[in-house]
Amino acid sequence: MFRYIIRRLLISIPLLIVASFLCFGLVNAMGDPLGEWKLQKPRTPAEITAAYERTGYNKPFMERYVAWAGDFVTGDWGESVVPGNAGKPVKDELLKAFGVTLRLILGAELIALLLGIAVGVIGAVRQYSIFDYTATGISFAMFSMPLFCVALVLKAGGIELNNWLESIGADRWIITAGPPGDGFGGSFGEQVFQYSGAYILPTISLVVIQFALYSRFQRASMLETLNADYVRTAQAKGISEARSIFRHAFRNALIPIITVSSLNIGAGFGGAVITETVFSWSGMGKFIVEAITKIEPYQVLGFMMLTAVFIIVFNLIADILYAFLDPRIRLD
Amino acid sequence: MTEIGSPVAQAPAPQSGGEASTFDTTTARKQWQVILRRFTRHKAALFGLVLFVVLVLFAFLGGVFWKYSYTDLGFRRYLPPSGDHPFGTDRLGGDMVALIIRGIQFSLQIALMVAFLSTVIGVVLGAVAGYMRGWVDTLISRFIDLLLVIPSLVIAAVLVRNSFVVSVAGGSGGSNWLIVALYLGLIMWLSIARVIRGMVLSLREKEFVEAARALGASTFRIVFRHILPNTVDVIIVNATLAIAQAVLLEAALSFIGLGVQSPDTSLGLMISLNKNELTLHPWLFLTPFVFIVLISLAVNFIGDGLRDAFDPRQKRVKA
Repeated sequence: MFRYIIRRLLISIPLLIVASFLCFGLVNAMGDPLGEWKLQKPRTPAEITAAYERTGYNKPFMERYVAWAGDFVTGDWGESVVPGNAGKPVKDELLKAFGVTLRLILGAELIALLLGIAVGVIGAVRQYSIFDYTATGISFAMFSMPLFCVALVLKAGGIELNNWLESIGADRWIITAGPPGDGFGGSFGEQVFQYSGAYILPTISLVVIQFALYSRFQRASMLETLNADYVRTAQAKGISEARSIFRHAFRNALIPIITVSSLNIGAGFGGAVITETVFSWSGMGKFIVEAITKIEPYQVLGFMMLTAVFIIVFNLIADILYAFLDPRIRLD
Repeated sequence: MTEIGSPVAQAPAPQSGGEASTFDTTTARKQWQVILRRFTRHKAALFGLVLFVVLVLFAFLGGVFWKYSYTDLGFRRYLPPSGDHPFGTDRLGGDMVALIIRGIQFSLQIALMVAFLSTVIGVVLGAVAGYMRGWVDTLISRFIDLLLVIPSLVIAAVLVRNSFVVSVAGGSGGSNWLIVALYLGLIMWLSIARVIRGMVLSLREKEFVEAARALGASTFRIVFRHILPNTVDVIIVNATLAIAQAVLLEAALSFIGLGVQSPDTSLGLMISLNKNELTLHPWLFLTPFVFIVLISLAVNFIGDGLRDAFDPRQKRVKA
């Protein structure tokens, strides 16, 4: 197992190198970070030369790539370069944003998975029951909704709820503008109140979308295993229904959902981009939208590399989980 | 989705070289009849199909019959829905019905284009990888792995940002829906390519492929006449679902300001422009929202019905 993990991590190094090159090309094609600045008012040639010197954009592509990649592996992720906001180290800002987003999406992903698996399993075991039809209907509706609309509606609802709370003399509960930057304060009760107020709506909007996907997948794979010969054999031998469902069908039906959720963690970051824009969180989502809009090459690159590493690690965890669920899969 | 047991896989492959006999064509038609009958029995799918056709007609013919054009501005601003303006008017005094018709048109154009592109790219690359194996397969599969480690929303956003520069420099008048569609098509082929690769890997070992090879069929003919027809169920279902995904992804991109740009439009852009109107003028926000949900719901229903029609095993129950 240990050797397998090491080997997998080693294999992903070339993948990351190629990915970094591809990303660098993509980011380079976004255009000149100084384009806007040059158009604002006439600049002297000396100013322009100095500015390009600072961004590094005066050097050829390969040279810039090598310089950036060399710095990156030693822990220097570059700086923001667009004039007016230049000189901020990418790494600090990005890691801070990453922490904010991670707390949001890991919680949401976990809730969505648990809910989705539970609803999918019940829907499959009691196929064509009222529960199954309701769950299918709801997940279809959620599946067809754009995430940002859900988030916007929730936000408007949150504001309404706040106004109502205020009218009955309570405190405003829902925070629609991101978690407070300096953390939560006060007594334990107050902290729970603030924490839930800040997290509840973004979490719901992320859960809503992911839940639909997971419950559909879990239902389909559970139906497949429930109809498999080995489950029938188990039942023919006389074991209880619960045991045949949970020990034989459920365990095998978990394998596809692990694949889906590990591939979906990237979409989780994508979803965070939307949710954070709506609820004005200063996480990865806000970071990347601003970086792309302003053309901040090193910020975009840092984002891409960080998510790439994160997704690779998640896929590795998924592969290890397979081996736990299905003893026929041997990793070494 | 394994090929064994699926009705399409059991259909005898057309003999290479010779004319298809009457027997062959009757069998083929029967398969399709069976699938069609299963599909039409699926109430939700049928409903989805009708809804989708109505939406397409509304988008592409509605403008001809509707009394106002999207260029007619100067009605009273922010009129709530009424007989004259069933969806009200927006902040510039434009008629929302005319604007919505145009928005659906652009969203559908983009979605259909994306579904077509991603399916073609995915099927061709998946089939090549699965059939050739070896280094070609390694190359394509690693490339897919590579694109999967970066969120597709971000790749799309970076590419579209790039197109702003291109369209300004090229002076193309800022019409960018096509660019958005092309880029979305370029990143959405990954999952279908993976699925097709897997199917082709197992299909290429089948006896009928061996027979075709023994008869001297060319690689091209084996892949396109013998192998790919056996994956057609998966391809159709995936292409259908890609339409819904594309509508939603395009809307998300337009929402963060990195998608379709004015003077082009889309439902996503309309929602984004009206995102602050939800409490005061809710019809401006809710109308495009409802139409996005209708499109993607219709398409998802069709896709689900097709899947059940092609592969009835999921329906044959139960423990």
